[in-house]
Amino acid sequence: MRRILFIIPVVIFAVLIGVLAVLTLQTKDGRDPSLIPSALLGKPAPEFSLPAVAEDIPGGFATADLRGQVTMVNVFASWCVPCLAEHPLISRLAADGLPIYAIDHRDTAVDVAKWLKKNGNPYTAVGFDPNGRVSVEWGVTGVPETFIINADGVVIYKHSGPMTPKVLKDKILPKIREARE
Amino acid sequence: MIAEIGQFALVLALIIAGVQVVVPMVGAARGDGTLMAFGSRMAVAQAVLLILAFAALTHGFVVSDFSLALVFQNSHSLKPMLYKVSGVWGNHEGSMLMWVLILAVYGAAVAVFGRNLPPTLKARVLSVQAMIGVAFLAFIVFTSNPFLRLNPAPPDGTGLNPLLQDPGLAFHPPLLYLGYVGFSMAFSFAVAALIEGRIDAAWGRWVRPWTLAAWVFLTGGIALGSWWAYYELGWGGWWFWDPVENASFMPWLFGTALLHSSIVVEKRDSLKSWTILLAILTFSMSLLGTFLVRSGVLTSVHTFASDPARGIFILMILLVTVGGALSLFAWRAPTIRGGGLFAPVSREGALVLNNMLLTLASATVLLGTLYPLILDAASSGASRVSVGPPYFNATFAPIMVPLVAAMAIGPLLAWKRGNLRAAARKLMLAAAAAIAAIAATFIAVPDGPALAPFAIGLAAWIATGTLVEWSARIKLFAAPAAESWRRLTGLPRAASGMTLAHLGLAIMIAGITGASAWRSELITTLAVGETAQVKNYALTLQAVENGRGPNYNFERGTFLLTDRNGATIVMYPERRFFPVAGQSTTEAAIKTTLMADLYAVLGTSRTTPEGTEQWTVRFFINPMVPWIWLGALVMVGGGLLSLSDRRHRVGAPRRKQQHAPGVSGAPAPAE
Repeated sequence: MRRILFIIPVVIFAVLIGVLAVLTLQTKDGRDPSLIPSALLGKPAPEFSLPAVAEDIPGGFATADLRGQVTMVNVFASWCVPCLAEHPLISRLAADGLPIYAIDHRDTAVDVAKWLKKNGNPYTAVGFDPNGRVSVEWGVTGVPETFIINADGVVIYKHSGPMTPKVLKDKILPKIREARE
Repeated sequence: MIAEIGQFALVLALIIAGVQVVVPMVGAARGDGTLMAFGSRMAVAQAVLLILAFAALTHGFVVSDFSLALVFQNSHSLKPMLYKVSGVWGNHEGSMLMWVLILAVYGAAVAVFGRNLPPTLKARVLSVQAMIGVAFLAFIVFTSNPFLRLNPAPPDGTGLNPLLQDPGLAFHPPLLYLGYVGFSMAFSFAVAALIEGRIDAAWGRWVRPWTLAAWVFLTGGIALGSWWAYYELGWGGWWFWDPVENASFMPWLFGTALLHSSIVVEKRDSLKSWTILLAILTFSMSLLGTFLVRSGVLTSVHTFASDPARGIFILMILLVTVGGALSLFAWRAPTIRGGGLFAPVSREGALVLNNMLLTLASATVLLGTLYPLILDAASSGASRVSVGPPYFNATFAPIMVPLVAAMAIGPLLAWKRGNLRAAARKLMLAAAAAIAAIAATFIAVPDGPALAPFAIGLAAWIATGTLVEWSARIKLFAAPAAESWRRLTGLPRAASGMTLAHLGLAIMIAGITGASAWRSELITTLAVGETAQVKNYALTLQAVENGRGPNYNFERGTFLLTDRNGATIVMYPERRFFPVAGQSTTEAAIKTTLMADLYAVLGTSRTTPEGTEQWTVRFFINPMVPWIWLGALVMVGGGLLSLSDRRHRVGAPRRKQQHAPGVSGAPAPAE
């Protein structure tokens, strides 16, 4: 009986090591500890409606526009340098036929119009969110952020920070394929 | 060339450590004195080689040898010399090298100063210490080589994180490592004793100074780190329950428990298995901290650029070292026979209570730190939570209250069987002081949290209780001054050390209470010329100017503080931008008085639609904050005083026994 008492520490330790081993292996497989999963995952996209930036930029969209097919929602701003970095990837995705809706986060109409003219406008629609009100509904913590929404209007994936070719290939494209099936 | 010498020394140290594992252990098993003595020589050789390796790396940083990948990544030719040197350990590889260097130096210290240790115990301690050394040296050589060359050599380095360009950093990690790694001594002594199968009072006496030294360093390191975050990083707080802070705090809590339980082993030959377990757990917490910081399983301001492959390696080290030690404990400890019996109300009883509460406190911190990780692992990353200060404040503080309340009583109890009533009588003064402090605080700060005055009362309780015990021992005011002086000089320094350390905690508790209960905070935006009101002060942003420092540009705000009486204070917080690193730092402006800190931080600016430029301004009034570090300093002082006690001076002849009254007698000296 007394012996069992002395075995307890090593048993607790074994459990602890097991947990840490699982975590380390997951980290090795690309788990990113800095990510906080979105509260929206698996839930319908929030109710919102955004105006267009200007007459010559296609835009203004609402929750209802995100139903019926797989779509992407990209939160960006003209002042955001990483957004510029991921812009070519967004353009390529749009060219491949994915409807991409943009939320222009805390921006001015003049700046974003200039930016889209200079870098190209791949977006199906751009919604103007100058005070960041709608971004709050989406739980946006920083720009850029990207969401994938399935045909039922449910958020199935969120990526924080700029997309990279690796993220696109390993995470985003498989999610889109999965959603389309 | 010099880097290659360093590389060679490093590899040679690994080989020597490998031999040091085997030879003394075999010598101890066979009773072969020559083989055992060989261990000491190798411990010294290993330390010398690692000093050489560390010096070689430091040389690379000092002369800015950018053909070394590590120097290229972590230094820059324009950096001030102090930060070139501190850059050596401001990164993963260099800090690991410092880690093993300290480990080896502790080993060599046992070899050199441990002359009065029984040869078999000494040989086994050195062998166990070398096992840890082999594991970490292999880790460095195979996964984190600090001497990697670049060809061709880049023209200049990529800078050091400017956050780390601070004198606080130059000393904070070395101190922490001296503490963390210092607990390896207690671990090695514990494992050696388990192998030996003999633990007696002498073991308690030998292991205690090492634990005390590590504890002093760790206390200093944690305090300096917290001071650094508060005064230099402009975080506006001094403790955040960040996972990495917790990783340094857990060994401290276990180490503090170990410090107290080893007294019982030394004086009463009791609590032996428990003390051995604590020694193993304390160092395990150090290793766990190393794993958490370097494996990349969590993010924190403190983590190094990490690599999961390294994480697996450290995890293996953890598995073998701690798993091995705990298995050995499960196997051998049941055979250890307990020594002296004691009544629940006794010095031993009080120290058991201290140990139970400290262990419980560490367990709650451990749980709070690991719970998010456990949940994460169990759900494959689908659910992530963070456990923040509310959890720790709600669980940790209630455990500390009985601990601190009992702290004044424990030293007044006799060994074996104490008299609670007699102790209570002696503490009447402390109770009166506590009540007076509570009343005074209620009157002075009527609008603060209701519990804060009681916390101040608790601080007054231990401070007075501790002083009462100390003055009773030297018969202060009860005997002529000359008699008191004679008793004071005869009092073991360890006893005065305890008094000082406990006083330090009282000061710290008062500081923590003041800083967390009565702090005022203002976050606003101000344009030049605008004024905001905080408590008794009017805060005016008078000007913002730009300028250049040695390797950064800065934006400096001028704030004018006017209090109700019209007295003014000017403060200059800065924001610095380091072009090479592309990073900004904030330099908070702080005015310290003994009773409060005024703390101003200049944030980023933005232009309003109307075209005026506004700055984000954070302003804090932190009452009593300086007491936190003053308390830590006093605790360190107490530890050092106790460490200088005659009986810890290993090898010193035992003289003047008559002046150390009753080492085991009735009015027993406290620790």
